[in-house]
Amino acid sequence: MDFNDTKEEASFRAEVRSWLEANAQLKDPRKARAGRSIRPESERLERARAWQAKKAEAGYAAITWPKEYGGLGGSSIQSVIYSQEEAHFDVPGGFYEIGLGMCIPTMLAWATEEQKQRFVKPALYGEEIWCQLFSEPSAGSDVAGLRTKAERDGDDWVINGQKVWTSGAHYCDYGIIVTRSDPTVPKHKGLTFFFLDMKSPGIEIRPIKQITGDANFNEVFFTDVRVPDSQRLGAVGEGWKVALTTLMNERLAIGQGTGVDYNELLQLARDTELESGPAIKDSNVREHLADWYVQTQGLKYTKFRTLTALSKGQQPGPESSIGKIVSGPKMQDLAGFGMELQGQGGILHDGELSPLNAAFQNQWFGGAGYRIAGGTDEILRNIVSEQVLGLPQDVRVDKTVPYNELPKGK
Amino acid sequence: MNFDFSDDQKMLKDQVRRFLEDKCPIERVRAVLESDQTMAADIWSGLAELGVGGAAIPEEYGGLGLSTLELCVVAEELGRAVAPVPFSSSIYMAAEALRLFGSEEQKQHWLPKLAAGEIIGTLAAAEGVQAPNPRNLECRIEGGSLSGHKLPVADGLDADVAIVLCQSEKGPSLALVDLSQDKAQASAVQTIDPTRGHARIDFNGATAELIGAAGEGWDMYTRIEAGAAVLMAFEQVGGAQAAMDMARTYALDRYAFGRQIGSYQAIKHKIADMYVKLELARSNCYYGAMVLANEGHDLEIAAAASRIAATEAYRFAAQENIQVHGGIGFTWEANPQFHYRRAKLLGLALGSASRWKDRLVSALERANLAS
Repeated sequence: MDFNDTKEEASFRAEVRSWLEANAQLKDPRKARAGRSIRPESERLERARAWQAKKAEAGYAAITWPKEYGGLGGSSIQSVIYSQEEAHFDVPGGFYEIGLGMCIPTMLAWATEEQKQRFVKPALYGEEIWCQLFSEPSAGSDVAGLRTKAERDGDDWVINGQKVWTSGAHYCDYGIIVTRSDPTVPKHKGLTFFFLDMKSPGIEIRPIKQITGDANFNEVFFTDVRVPDSQRLGAVGEGWKVALTTLMNERLAIGQGTGVDYNELLQLARDTELESGPAIKDSNVREHLADWYVQTQGLKYTKFRTLTALSKGQQPGPESSIGKIVSGPKMQDLAGFGMELQGQGGILHDGELSPLNAAFQNQWFGGAGYRIAGGTDEILRNIVSEQVLGLPQDVRVDKTVPYNELPKGK
Repeated sequence: MNFDFSDDQKMLKDQVRRFLEDKCPIERVRAVLESDQTMAADIWSGLAELGVGGAAIPEEYGGLGLSTLELCVVAEELGRAVAPVPFSSSIYMAAEALRLFGSEEQKQHWLPKLAAGEIIGTLAAAEGVQAPNPRNLECRIEGGSLSGHKLPVADGLDADVAIVLCQSEKGPSLALVDLSQDKAQASAVQTIDPTRGHARIDFNGATAELIGAAGEGWDMYTRIEAGAAVLMAFEQVGGAQAAMDMARTYALDRYAFGRQIGSYQAIKHKIADMYVKLELARSNCYYGAMVLANEGHDLEIAAAASRIAATEAYRFAAQENIQVHGGIGFTWEANPQFHYRRAKLLGLALGSASRWKDRLVSALERANLAS
């Protein structure tokens, strides 16, 4: 039992490391916890685009993809090794994860050869950015309950409706979308899947202002947007099957939260004086610190177990499904507790005054969203209990009833 | 990355599991509960025949000369079976104490018999209803003679030899006492888990010898505890898994309001939470196992994290298993009681969760200052 690389892994790591050293700067540990990035989005996008192109040129942009589509034809463990090494370097990110993590894998599975030749490489090289158009105001956890309509008109489809929570829609070039093409059949059977040009006439994009005040997502309105039938992925009425390909990749694409963790809380407790004495000596503080440490380590070593399976060429076990269930509430609660240690000053949300550039306050807000994005805590518990533990699905009233006869609420 | 047990270790685990499934079904545990037995002697001798007690004991002292990793996989299976045997007392505590701190002569004399399961050892620390600490020990050794009492002592009625945390003129010390002498008297005490016998032992000038140096007893004791915490955490993980499996089976079999209760989110999310806590514990325990086997410098941290996570996983699975069962789960005839009892017993056996959380943060503070 050890954490060592195999010989092959070690040599791949060395290769990746020397490429990164030649092409990027190591992170400055003193700036490691800088709060929100202050560069404007357009500038960050330019940096990310340049880095993406460099990475793709070297073959590291999609390590597990086949070589014919610009990948390296490598293994999952190599992909993990690359990410581990890249994490030591100051490289831009945040624009390509959804496209390359979810949209293009869906294209690779369902698009025609000609379409793959046209779209995969430009996405890989960062020339075109993709977004995912699934969630709707009335279809979140129950995404198959979506309402956006697609109607056939000659060689085209005409799309009307609204999508929400679309990251990056305003700078994206293409999107994948699931629509309702037949409301008279049960809901999973009346869906059809397309990819489309985000600059098509009839698409209107508005930012969603979040409780943080930031706007990282959009709502996207479709008014008589025409999409050629050739851009349909999968058969008419089989959009759910295609959507599952995308959703399977979602949990892989949604990254671990970064930010304040038990180390930062330990430091804060050291620096804080309570009425009863130093916070670090307070038994309530110590119990919390211990609990979060144990959770953090538990997740870390669970990941190591997953990596061990990958390293041996096996499928990771179901234990990898616990990550977000644990880390979401932990992020939120740990940040909230850090604010409590700051006393009445915990309400300050000010990069100058609040410790660590207001990282506790930022994460307290962010944690509320993280517990919902990419599968709520509750949906994830359903997944664990049904898919890992084999417990039965809830009784469903919506599986056999035609979509247009289902109660919909407001 | 090779963060897993070896194929040989997994084979050993399977072997122990098959033995326990065959010889130690839950009815065998119930037989101990419902009699005045303090252990299942047949299971104990069966384990001795498998030779697992000597896994971590060097060959020159009659063991198999493997490592504590082998003990971890055995522990998980013992926990799963809620086995009524003194394995933890005799092996994780007494044999490990001797292996780590015994003199050559003490090792030669005691380890082969402990390895073979011919005799049973235990570790006696508590002296009543408060946790022992370096200042409140009343049991005292003077000139090779031990006086005072210990309560509760796990497997105290069956043990042949005890390692006793006691006071000496130089401070806390560890004493080794042969329990066959008249000046050491064990009497049964009632506990929450009668499937593991416990005793009060009175020492009236009993003949005793020191293990290690006088005055260094507390440090040795905390090191023994740290190792035992990792091994016992594997028992707790095994128990948590069994309690979760029991809840899952019941949730599939039981119908209410016209459907399986496992289809209600109130029930299935509870079982999902058992799974999450179990996997967090298992992962912490793997790290604990690795550090223990390598005698790593952060054993204190890894052991505390293993114990905290495993105690929580077993506590939650055992108590919520009763809840999933509803009324039947509260009856004597039903089996959830075995885990409810054992989870609390193991959760207190090496001291409370709060104590270990405090230990963990103290160790983290030291590590953080050192780095």
